[in-house]
Amino acid sequence: MQMTKVRVKVADYDSLPERAGQAVTVGGENIVLFRKSNGDVKAVENRSPHRKGGTLADALVSGKFIYCPVYDLKISLDDGKVQAPDTGEVKTYHVEVIENEVYITI
Amino acid sequence: MKKKLVMIGNGMAGVRTIEELFKFQPDGYEITIFGNEPHPNYNRIMLSTVLQGDKSIEDIIMNDWEWYKNHGIQLYSGEAVTEIDKEKRQVTSDQGRKVDYDELIIATGSSSFILPVPGSDKKGVVGFRDIHDCEMMIKDSKQYKKAAVIGGGLLGLEAARGLLNLGMEVDVVHLMSHLMERQLDETASEMLKKELENQGMNFLLEKQTAEILGDERVTGLRFSDGSEIQADLVVMAVGIRPNVQLAKDSGIFVNRGIVVNDYMETDVQNIYAVGECAEHREIVYGLVAPLYEQGKVLAANLAGIPANPYEGTICGTQLKVSGCDLFSAGEIGDDEGTKSIKVHNEFDGIYKKIVIRDNRIAGIVLYGDTKDSNRLFRMLTKREDISGMTSVSILEANGCCGGGEAGDVAAMADDELVCGCNGVTKGTIVEAIRTNELTTVDEVGGCTNAGRSCGRCKSLISDILSYTLGDQYDTSAKKAGICGCTTLNKEEIVAEIRAKGMTNVREVMNVLGWSQDEGCSKCRPAINYYLGMVNYGGYKDERDSRLVNEKMHANIQKDGTYSVVPRMYGGVTTAADLKKIAEVAEKYDVPLVKLTGGQRIGLFGVNKEDLPAMWEDLGMPSGYAYGKTLRTVKTCVGEKFCRFGTQDSMGLGIELEKKFERLDTPHKVKMGVSACPRNCAESGIKDIGFVGVDGGWEIYIGGNGGTDLRAADLLDTVKTKEEAMEITGAYLQYYRETAAYLERTAPWLERMGLEHVKEVLADENKRKQLNERLDKTLERYNEPWQEAIQDNGIKEKYYQVRSVTVE
Repeated sequence: MQMTKVRVKVADYDSLPERAGQAVTVGGENIVLFRKSNGDVKAVENRSPHRKGGTLADALVSGKFIYCPVYDLKISLDDGKVQAPDTGEVKTYHVEVIENEVYITI
Repeated sequence: MKKKLVMIGNGMAGVRTIEELFKFQPDGYEITIFGNEPHPNYNRIMLSTVLQGDKSIEDIIMNDWEWYKNHGIQLYSGEAVTEIDKEKRQVTSDQGRKVDYDELIIATGSSSFILPVPGSDKKGVVGFRDIHDCEMMIKDSKQYKKAAVIGGGLLGLEAARGLLNLGMEVDVVHLMSHLMERQLDETASEMLKKELENQGMNFLLEKQTAEILGDERVTGLRFSDGSEIQADLVVMAVGIRPNVQLAKDSGIFVNRGIVVNDYMETDVQNIYAVGECAEHREIVYGLVAPLYEQGKVLAANLAGIPANPYEGTICGTQLKVSGCDLFSAGEIGDDEGTKSIKVHNEFDGIYKKIVIRDNRIAGIVLYGDTKDSNRLFRMLTKREDISGMTSVSILEANGCCGGGEAGDVAAMADDELVCGCNGVTKGTIVEAIRTNELTTVDEVGGCTNAGRSCGRCKSLISDILSYTLGDQYDTSAKKAGICGCTTLNKEEIVAEIRAKGMTNVREVMNVLGWSQDEGCSKCRPAINYYLGMVNYGGYKDERDSRLVNEKMHANIQKDGTYSVVPRMYGGVTTAADLKKIAEVAEKYDVPLVKLTGGQRIGLFGVNKEDLPAMWEDLGMPSGYAYGKTLRTVKTCVGEKFCRFGTQDSMGLGIELEKKFERLDTPHKVKMGVSACPRNCAESGIKDIGFVGVDGGWEIYIGGNGGTDLRAADLLDTVKTKEEAMEITGAYLQYYRETAAYLERTAPWLERMGLEHVKEVLADENKRKQLNERLDKTLERYNEPWQEAIQDNGIKEKYYQVRSVTVE
């Protein structure tokens, strides 16, 4: 099946708290939004890349990195990559903020 | 089109070959791997640690499923190849799957050699080779009591130690008169035997197994001399046999193993063999280091890169059994051409033997002290001429005045091996440290693989880090290491907070020059704690800097759900509260309701978004089962109902819990109150515990029933409940002010010294001041579940899950 990418509004910007993940399910996909302390919003799949699984919504946020709440992996919000010495990658989503509206592309 | 590479076997040697291949040529082949075990590649060397209970199976996985996916490898696990068609260049699996290849690697490894004696097919007879064997032994140990291990070599002894840990009685049966006779001489072997006997093993030497007894399941062994023993589990650890049947059936030249040349090529074009199934220059290896060397050579060959031929390996071995530090390599016996240096210090249990042939080290046996093994092994493999050295300088590391280890590293040549298992040299490690700015042993492992197999070289890697980074390593890694964001230790940070009057986390990181602006998961909670401890008058807690469980006021479970544990003061409840808990459990369809270890009831597997509503329905305070704070006060029934009770243990317990609940402490704090020395509340393993005696209470501190078991020390005996409360307050506050974040009272007390703590707490004036600061601190806490119920902001920020429908 050919999937086309769609842009979806997921939240009002001013409803997003700083440095705390917001879980959102978008058409069956579990995503978590992070508003960084510089104001940018990032979106990643709400699933830890650790092989034992877990969610990322309650991660600790530090700059452009989050720390997986269960296994403490350090993950870059920019490209989803787990930082050394651990390895792995979490899916990231393209985010746009237009006026007060936050869109992601899935 | 990419060439097709098929590999039969999914073990350490094979997968390492693929990893090496990716380094040379990330995208050269379309790769298919067949593995007959239903697992991804795991560290087989570490199976004994799984059996011994130190690691779980998950811990020893080296390449998880994701790794195969990310590298585009088609993996068929739990599927064995049954046929190789050399003409068609095609393999067929036991599921009937046919896959074509351009190049084929056979990496089928080896199996336990099962003695061909009558009865060896009975239930309860296992090898010790894979996860399945391990799981069998763990399962059987729960049901049966007596185990016999056949084979007193490396594998047999590690299996025996594991079975002891699993609570079984273990007989080790060995054909020879000495244990590990291929690695140890008589003296070392005898020392090892004594140590293992002390650990509880029983040895039957010079016994040849003639028959395995029993009907369906094994009941015992009979030996060739007619004697018998009982056993309901028999582990065969007499050796390994290369898995070569498939190769043989396919017409590939096989001797003991699949015969390969120096480039790991078999006699059939485009078919290679690597690992324990391969025979190179008449040797079949069973240790990891040579297999990894072979993998490297094969990978280069497959990538079409000219590589040095594989010329064989001299192996060093060690035993992974705690309390038995031994190392062995090369020749261990003496003959007319050898002379040896021996040191036998019976008092300290140390034995060293260096076998010398033609002025070169030909063999090493070390027992009890193996710190020189790397250096000696290097001299052995490099065939260093030692005629100019004295026996002392051979046996002891160079350098004096404590310069030993680091000096040793400096003297190492760049091409000298540090990690024998993975073939990583000092030069490679130093370069990795410099180019990638590595600062920890784990990072070096992540980058170079060094230390990732048996782990014996980790201390040497640490020395190399210290040698390469100089002071930088000392300060960043060794100084109480608060985290990688700063070089300051706990004392310095707390002193700076006090001196500069700092009041929030960001300010601390800013002023003290943190390398990562907003800190990391290690320092953020620590700084938040220190700030709250120093600014006891009115600190504004920073919730987003707390560990996840404290931030959410619930324990996160591994699937992202949470658990709810309401407070049950002193473990005392009522019928009405129990009903309420039952109703809530039903209403929210709670998957697990369980009594916790701290005398209360836990509701497990709750969805995050249900938490606030559940708390509201419960109407009970949080039990803080998740916090670095007072967890519970365990109590016995005491004088109210028990005929032995001399004191009101429930009363004191409830009062303690009500007064100190919610207080932030460096780590969790558990209390226990027993009404008599029978100690039903286990006060002797609590951070602070009370034991009722006639006319008063004994107070015990620094106990721990967890990972590092420690019996508590008697601090004092007091007459009244009021005195007990006062001492507890002073003790907790002194711990809060002097411990490092995440330091439990047990190691804290070891560090501070019992006498010192006693002295501080004996001083009435100090006790008063400590209690004043503590009471002031206690004023700032609110009940967190109530707070969440009443505050929509908190609910939205932490507990909601949004949902968006896509058109």
